[in-house]
Amino acid sequence: MLLTIEDLTKTFPGTVALDGVCFDLRAGEVHALLGENGAGKSTLVKCLTGVHARDSGTIWLEGKEISPASTLEAQEAGIGTVYQEVNLLPNLTVAENLTFGRQPTRFGMVSGRKMRAEAEAMLAGYGLDHVNVTRELGTYSVAVQQIVAIARAVALSGKVLILDEPTASLDARETETLFQVVRGLRERGLGIVFISHFLDQVFEISDRLTVLRNGRHITTADTAGMDRLELIHHMLGHELEEAEGRRRHRQGGVERLQVRGLARRGKIEPFDLTVREGEVIGLAGLLGSGRTETADVLFGRTPPDRGDATDADGPIDLRTPRTAIAAGFGYAPEDRKTDGVIADLSVRENIALALQARRGWTKPIPRAEQRRLANDYIRRLDIRTPGAEKAVGDLSGGNQQKVVLARWLAMNPRFLILDEPTRGIDVGAHAEILKLIGELTAQGMSILLISSEFDELIAASDRVIVVRDRRHVSELVGEEIETGRIIDAIAAHENGEGAMTP
Amino acid sequence: MNARALPLYATIAIFLIAYLICYIQFPAMLSTRVIGNLLTDNAYLGVVAVGMTIVILSGGIDLSVGSVIAFSGVFIAVMLRDTGLHPLIVFVLLLAVTTAFGAAMGGLIHGLAMPPFIVTLAGMFLARGAAYMLTIDSVPIDHTFYDDVLQDAYYRMPGGGRLTLIGVVMLLSVAGGMTLAHRTRFGTAVYALGGGQQTARLMGVAVGRTTVLIYAFSGLMAGLSGIVFSIYTGSGYPLATVGTELTAIATVVIGGTILTGGAGYVFGTLVGVMTMGLIQTYIVFDGSLSSWWTKIVIGLLLLLFILLQKGLLIFGRKQRDIAA
Repeated sequence: MLLTIEDLTKTFPGTVALDGVCFDLRAGEVHALLGENGAGKSTLVKCLTGVHARDSGTIWLEGKEISPASTLEAQEAGIGTVYQEVNLLPNLTVAENLTFGRQPTRFGMVSGRKMRAEAEAMLAGYGLDHVNVTRELGTYSVAVQQIVAIARAVALSGKVLILDEPTASLDARETETLFQVVRGLRERGLGIVFISHFLDQVFEISDRLTVLRNGRHITTADTAGMDRLELIHHMLGHELEEAEGRRRHRQGGVERLQVRGLARRGKIEPFDLTVREGEVIGLAGLLGSGRTETADVLFGRTPPDRGDATDADGPIDLRTPRTAIAAGFGYAPEDRKTDGVIADLSVRENIALALQARRGWTKPIPRAEQRRLANDYIRRLDIRTPGAEKAVGDLSGGNQQKVVLARWLAMNPRFLILDEPTRGIDVGAHAEILKLIGELTAQGMSILLISSEFDELIAASDRVIVVRDRRHVSELVGEEIETGRIIDAIAAHENGEGAMTP
Repeated sequence: MNARALPLYATIAIFLIAYLICYIQFPAMLSTRVIGNLLTDNAYLGVVAVGMTIVILSGGIDLSVGSVIAFSGVFIAVMLRDTGLHPLIVFVLLLAVTTAFGAAMGGLIHGLAMPPFIVTLAGMFLARGAAYMLTIDSVPIDHTFYDDVLQDAYYRMPGGGRLTLIGVVMLLSVAGGMTLAHRTRFGTAVYALGGGQQTARLMGVAVGRTTVLIYAFSGLMAGLSGIVFSIYTGSGYPLATVGTELTAIATVVIGGTILTGGAGYVFGTLVGVMTMGLIQTYIVFDGSLSSWWTKIVIGLLLLLFILLQKGLLIFGRKQRDIAA
């Protein structure tokens, strides 16, 4: 065994991030590390690379126990990491990036010639012969930068290489180039930890895989012997009991919005979407599969570079959130702390924000009206706050979420996008938000609901669209909406994928 | 061609074209006399701009240097007047003080994670105030070493121009700055900080030590610039060089260094200083133009370079998108 982790435990205030996790890595293998949000993958990597100090457990590298206290120490011990966001400096040359910190010097001066030669030697065998090492790294594509980062990590560390979502911003051809490099390194005897949300890639490149869930080790197995469906069960941990579906599936409401071939390169492949009045469309998929990306494109947060949207009155401009709001869209994003509420502003100010933005800053909403609005929603949504003037940052997660909802409800949108509206909030607030979704649709509002809780999707949705590897792959309507079928659709392989139901 | 070097080429081209225009109008401007004066008159600016270049390359800013120059002049003048110390010893003392002052600002910037703008703004007031504490008058420097050696040392170039000692000090400062920035590990660390502090840290840059050294170097150059300025003017005056820090920043940007850090060349700063000096010389030659035209032309040049850099950035991104 090249690397063995035994019984690793790491707690943060309030949560156990890793609970007695075991992991091992052989020389000359690619070992995939899988898990959903909060599974503990990144904590494991951070304990391994010296970012976090572990509470208990042991890490053995080539039979010696190690306790790296910093990234540099881990590197020197032989563990190199390459992240999705390339951690190199785009403004330095390729050669400087490769040799950084160890530039060859003569009489205290960096020798450009020796540095070039060294850099070229480091890059040899990575298929980057076209790369001029004296040019700035930033002039090359992300894929090339990624491979340069790998070359640096391998040269510095040379035993264990951790690839943390290296393909997240690469296209298919670039991914293939990267995989060739990874295979080459495997043959050279490196142990490679591969983290990715793309199951197809996991099956393509990895020899073994380990699944974590909620900080616990779930399974380690040969990739070849692992069934996709089984893997997804391991990752999600759903018992296959059926959640109660929505009682009444409204069909044939008036078509309100039509989206054709909307896409953003590197984020989400082209998709069509028809939104009817008063329906809830659920969006299901694994983390990183294109759920949030779909919402971002629909709301103009990452403007679409292809496709168009129309309603009864003609085309809708989705290039910026501003125009999307003008078209009657609303969006409560997943990360409400950074994207949703403004923590230092009061409940009243947060609720009035979008409405004020639409009116224009020259026409302020009178204070009395703002107060009336805020008190109205505090009552209707049962926001637990001492008063409308309390800073939102002081409220609990569920109440913050309600404030975000109130902001959009005050706009009376036609189409509301809710990304993980119930994440991190208590059970009571959870039920209230689901109830609210029901009431809103009864009044004719259309909702796009993104959630990793299948039970929640099944309970609330009229239709469920399944996304996988940045594609909308399947649509389930009415009776078809059940956990098993959603998981089947997520697990379906490229070739055996079910046809898209209209 | 390297896209990042484009602003440098643009700077050089603008300087040459400007010189050509001057030459066509006033043929006398192409003489070693004018060139010699250009170097002498802008020596203090050139020296301090080298320090500023390093600071800006690292993504920082140093607003204190103008006040430090004034403090240096006053310090030298008062020390020479009130003590019997030899000027060279006073210089050593002064450089130790200004370097420590810069290092302290660097330490605060790193230690308290404060923006360099605020810390060096405080430094600017402190240094100016310290200069006032020493004297509120202009103090003439009256020392034989100054009169006979420092101010009188020059090399007569062919054509009668004088390459003065302080002109040579500036050229050596530029050469030293170029070596430091482009040929040492410290220089690479400076560029790395300008490219992204977090990433630089992950790549093994000792961020704290590098930051302290960067501002210490800027303090050292400001002190050296103060010495040069005192030789140039022969006096110390606490109200001198107000706003020089901004002029220095302008020359750095005109020299092709990006204000957000991470890209640029020390040599460009020399060209930037020379361009500014050239404009002033032209105004002197013309005789009818108000000296305010210097400011207007510098303002326009700055604007031009900011637009050029922004344009290159967008152009570079498009190129990469096509390549990808």
